[in-house]
Amino acid sequence: MIKKGSQIVCESLLREGCNVVFGIPGGAILPLYQALPEYPGLRHILTRHEQGASLAADGYARVTGKPGVAFATSGPGATNLVTGIATAQMDSVPLVIVTGQVNSWTIGSDAFQETDITGITLPVTKHNFLVMDASDIASSIKEAFHIANTGRPGPVLVDIPRDVFVQEVEYEEPGELNLPGYSPNFSGHSGQIRKAANLINESEKPVIIAGHGVIISKAYDELKELAEKAQIPVITTLLGISCFPEDHVLWTGWPGMHGMAYSSFTIEEADLVIALGMRFDDRITGNPSKFALNSKKIHIDVDPSEIGKNIAVDVPIVGDVKEVLSRMNTHVVAATHPSWLKRIDVLKKDHPSLNIPETSKLLARQVVKDISDETKGGATIVTGVGQHQMWAAQHYRFKKPCTFLTSGGSGTMGYEVPAAMGAQVADPDSTVWSIAGDGGFQMTLCELATIAENKLPVKFAILNNGFLGMVRQWQEIFFDSSYVSTAYTGNPDFVRLAEAYGIKGIRVTDKTQVKTAIAEAMDHDGPVVVDFIVEQEENVYPMIPSGMTVYDMIEEPVPEKVTT
Amino acid sequence: MKSSEKHTITALVEDRAGVLNRISSMFRRRGYNISSLAVGKSESAGLSRMTFVVDGDAKTVEMVVKNLHKLVEVIKVADISEENAVSRELALIRVKCDVATRSEIMQIVDIFRAKIVDVSQDTLIVEVTGNEDKVNSLVDLLDTFGVFEVMRTGTVAMSRGASFEQDKSANSPRILENAS
Repeated sequence: MIKKGSQIVCESLLREGCNVVFGIPGGAILPLYQALPEYPGLRHILTRHEQGASLAADGYARVTGKPGVAFATSGPGATNLVTGIATAQMDSVPLVIVTGQVNSWTIGSDAFQETDITGITLPVTKHNFLVMDASDIASSIKEAFHIANTGRPGPVLVDIPRDVFVQEVEYEEPGELNLPGYSPNFSGHSGQIRKAANLINESEKPVIIAGHGVIISKAYDELKELAEKAQIPVITTLLGISCFPEDHVLWTGWPGMHGMAYSSFTIEEADLVIALGMRFDDRITGNPSKFALNSKKIHIDVDPSEIGKNIAVDVPIVGDVKEVLSRMNTHVVAATHPSWLKRIDVLKKDHPSLNIPETSKLLARQVVKDISDETKGGATIVTGVGQHQMWAAQHYRFKKPCTFLTSGGSGTMGYEVPAAMGAQVADPDSTVWSIAGDGGFQMTLCELATIAENKLPVKFAILNNGFLGMVRQWQEIFFDSSYVSTAYTGNPDFVRLAEAYGIKGIRVTDKTQVKTAIAEAMDHDGPVVVDFIVEQEENVYPMIPSGMTVYDMIEEPVPEKVTT
Repeated sequence: MKSSEKHTITALVEDRAGVLNRISSMFRRRGYNISSLAVGKSESAGLSRMTFVVDGDAKTVEMVVKNLHKLVEVIKVADISEENAVSRELALIRVKCDVATRSEIMQIVDIFRAKIVDVSQDTLIVEVTGNEDKVNSLVDLLDTFGVFEVMRTGTVAMSRGASFEQDKSANSPRILENAS
């Protein structure tokens, strides 16, 4: 059958199970958009900025486990996607991005809205394609989906010149994948798995550090089985949060720069670290040459290039976490570690990092705690980056897997608006709370229009301290409180701003109003923006300064005595 | 020299536009040092072979190999530094020469089993093939006469004996079946 390139793109997307696309049209990609009415199975969500499209696709992908799809035109349309693509690359999120390119015969001539987007995204994609013939579209898109969502997931970009969208070719279903250089290993080496199980069986003070890989491979049951069978405390990384229920007796928090102190100390005192689908990021290790020196290490990851990258390990296993754990668990013997678990209880008592000081002030932490209580730990929480992100991770008690969406590796401010939108599109019935900072919110708030247009009932909690809070905190601690360019004195009235978009706005200035406002937001059918005017100079504790060790940790100063 | 040393890595890659860019971008981004790089067609249509000489300790080289593997268009990677391998480089050297020095230069060229491939009034072009050290030594020696220009290909390398099997497999359908 003769089809146009644009039709082949749509057919290929549908075949891969895609039914939602985020994007914005423009000259070079227009022929693709004009084909969309023929394919009602592809729902297009018109974002207000291409960064919103790539970040919304990221949120959608994290919730569904399917690649998120975004469209943009050539030149600035494509470059605007880049922050979202880099965010997905750092956090192993599958995306398939289709960009329009200038006509093939003008490539290289600096044509209007030409940019070398495959060149630009080369270091921030898992792979990318420039498709110069419509007969290659079907196979390229098939390969793009396969690469994006197998092994360690990541973004794949497919760049298609305008004339290739209108080129008519004989359309055939794509054949077998032809990727001789791509065959991720899922299974894990049996000998290594046995060795790892032996280490676990011999260990007296084991600890699990569960990362994003546990969520990506949906290894929740296998993780729980391992933890319960051998009574091993479970620490998660920031991106691993929610992979293990936080009301479980073995849950031991999350470690690192702003993690719970007792989690960091537990890793230091352990004799065995079992690292699952994580990458020993510098926010966890601090100084890598002084990290967890008392322990042997098992490292299970599907990406061989993560093994030995930051930390030397004793038993590396390359494979899918779920697959490896299900086999390893059979070799692990049931055990109890009463004195080790007791020791962790002591650490927890000695380092009460999660206390909220009693005060009449409106603390950002209190807002998160109240949202946690009101939603019973069952909402999907999306954050931006900075203080509010750390408080969300510290004070929300996650009970459902895959409900914490945050830009961990890339630290992309503004993630909280479009990603929350993508998460809500992915699961329309879920309760999505976007915990936002007043800084990040303003980076992507144009997507409020998309949210209103699509009637997405996202609830926004802006923890508004009138500062780039985390940067201000660093200035306070490391630069003698010299607050250079961190005060936001020109913030808009977020309530009226929301109302301008036809979205309900609520302002909270007092501690006593928090719970009512949350309840009111949840009762409202559509989207809501709650502007919480919180303490301006509240700090996130504990804090391990960059590149230092657990023993350099700054814990919260003794809480001030204030009567309510 | 500490633990930093030269390692020879070979890779079989798809012969497509942008592959070299992808590979060099990975080296640059991760901060790995390429001391030389040579590319050419392989025995199979559509596939090229590359030889990298990389500066770094064992851990760095291990990461280089892993990150090369990660690139979708890279099909095979081997660190052949520890193996019994043949490694060769070709260089063209333009040397200053006059009647007085010509015969001395020719003697040196002979000893190195190099060739004189062009002669002009006051220069010679010498072609030499050998491993990097041999080429370095000849360039150093000729420099006493005055070297105007040096053009080197970078090292190409192949492990002896067993590698024949490895090369054949690149051509066989087996490698394509591996594409999951």
